[in-house]
Amino acid sequence: MKRTKDLRSLYSEKVMEHFQNPRNVGEMESPDGIGHVGNPVCGDIMELYIKVRDDIIIDAKFKTFGCGAAIATSSMVTEMVKGKTIEQALKISNKAVAEALDGLPPIKMHCSALAEEALKLAIEDYLAKSKRKEE
Amino acid sequence: MRRIYLDYAATTPTHPLVLKAMLPWFTDGFGNPSSIHSFGQEANGAIEEAREKVAQLIGAKGNEIVFTGSGTEADNFAIKGVAYAKEHEGKHIITTAIEHHAVIETCKFLEKRGFNVTYLSVDRDGLVDLGEVKKAITDETILISVMHANNEIGTIEPIQEIARITKDREICFHTDAVQTVGHLPVDVDELKVDLVSISAHKFCGPKGVGALYIRKGTKIVPFMHGGEQEHGRRASTQNVPGIVGFGKACQLAQQEMGQEKERLETLRDKLIKGILNRIDHVHLNGHPTQRLPNNVNISLEFVEGESILLNLDLMGIAASTGSACSSSVLEASHVLLALGLPHESAHSSLRLSLGQETTEKDVDYVLEKLPQIVNKLRTMSPLYKPGKK
Repeated sequence: MKRTKDLRSLYSEKVMEHFQNPRNVGEMESPDGIGHVGNPVCGDIMELYIKVRDDIIIDAKFKTFGCGAAIATSSMVTEMVKGKTIEQALKISNKAVAEALDGLPPIKMHCSALAEEALKLAIEDYLAKSKRKEE
Repeated sequence: MRRIYLDYAATTPTHPLVLKAMLPWFTDGFGNPSSIHSFGQEANGAIEEAREKVAQLIGAKGNEIVFTGSGTEADNFAIKGVAYAKEHEGKHIITTAIEHHAVIETCKFLEKRGFNVTYLSVDRDGLVDLGEVKKAITDETILISVMHANNEIGTIEPIQEIARITKDREICFHTDAVQTVGHLPVDVDELKVDLVSISAHKFCGPKGVGALYIRKGTKIVPFMHGGEQEHGRRASTQNVPGIVGFGKACQLAQQEMGQEKERLETLRDKLIKGILNRIDHVHLNGHPTQRLPNNVNISLEFVEGESILLNLDLMGIAASTGSACSSSVLEASHVLLALGLPHESAHSSLRLSLGQETTEKDVDYVLEKLPQIVNKLRTMSPLYKPGKK
């Protein structure tokens, strides 16, 4: 009998690679911005932390409760934002995250939307905090 | 890589002897069982022989068995068939909140057609309360449908006791026994049920064939209209090889059931105990003792079901979850939520269902790998705060 290799019919190799070896896992000590999204009802919860120096995101970390796609998109988005300016980071769309993972199944696209939202919230949090500092 | 299948509640491999019994009916025995000639009569004879075997397994008579295309079809047939046959007597149906979709969705369909349906709640172990059943019955009640055992959490319902309540009334009693027939003794007279849904592929029979037991005298309208097959109750040319395989599976189940039940219960309990001992923040879903011999359902707090499944699959272990992320709907399992589990716990559920090829070595392998997976995922989880209860 012909067997489809593992789970590749569900997820791309890249998704599975990030799922198995997620980058930037963990909490961050004194982050400059935190984004918290998701809710227990839908089963995905993401926390994204960023460190910013001179308008550039120098580090990003995450913690995620969720499916394979949720973990892989968290991992990917933290990789993508590192070294970006705030302005560049704000332009990262959920589509871009999904594309960087060689695509997601249609029913999993909401996971990439969650990653985008977490990033936006972390940046907003950073901007709000730095504004307060200025004042 | 080693592959361990622990999803027997989803489906089972067809037994080699079942397959052997089926094969001649694809080729030499290809005749249409409705035909008068010898080709047809041979096929018809094979069906009737299988019907007797199915009947025997559940203590019924052959003419009370109608072959269907699946367990789902049997559920649809039972519920719609009785609803339409008795709608002039009343339009109230009682079922439970933890039924299989085949029952729940059929009831929802009937609600749109003017029937009233009561979905009984269950307790934390998944048991239906007899007092609730009594309270729900009205003069309008025509049908009660309660599953024999739940497919997700394994809880076995008190069917006999519920039947006692309906016995004196003109209420038809259906049980979806897809998870129990072939695994546990099921006797229609002992259970005092009028209708029983059965599926062949859940106990080493082929897919695409099931049966509905219909007690003599039960008012029910045909499921499909057309020819006179199945005494006019389910038109369409019978799936002869499938039905023959179904009969063989029933025969094998009857021979092996007792021993196999004990063997599985031992493995099941070892697996449950092992998981509870090795991993913290874990709880068993379903009744601790009144449960299917092969069912383990646990919630592994702070980690999500699909990510557990993917990791298990990478290690060659096939299992199942009640988390929404594993399906196209974004709601966790209606069964787990009906137990009163918070959404996080429902999303953290893992079902391991054992079967005839499961060995103690397999259980040990799971007990070795699962804690590693849970640890890895917990380090990623924002819900997990080590040290906190």
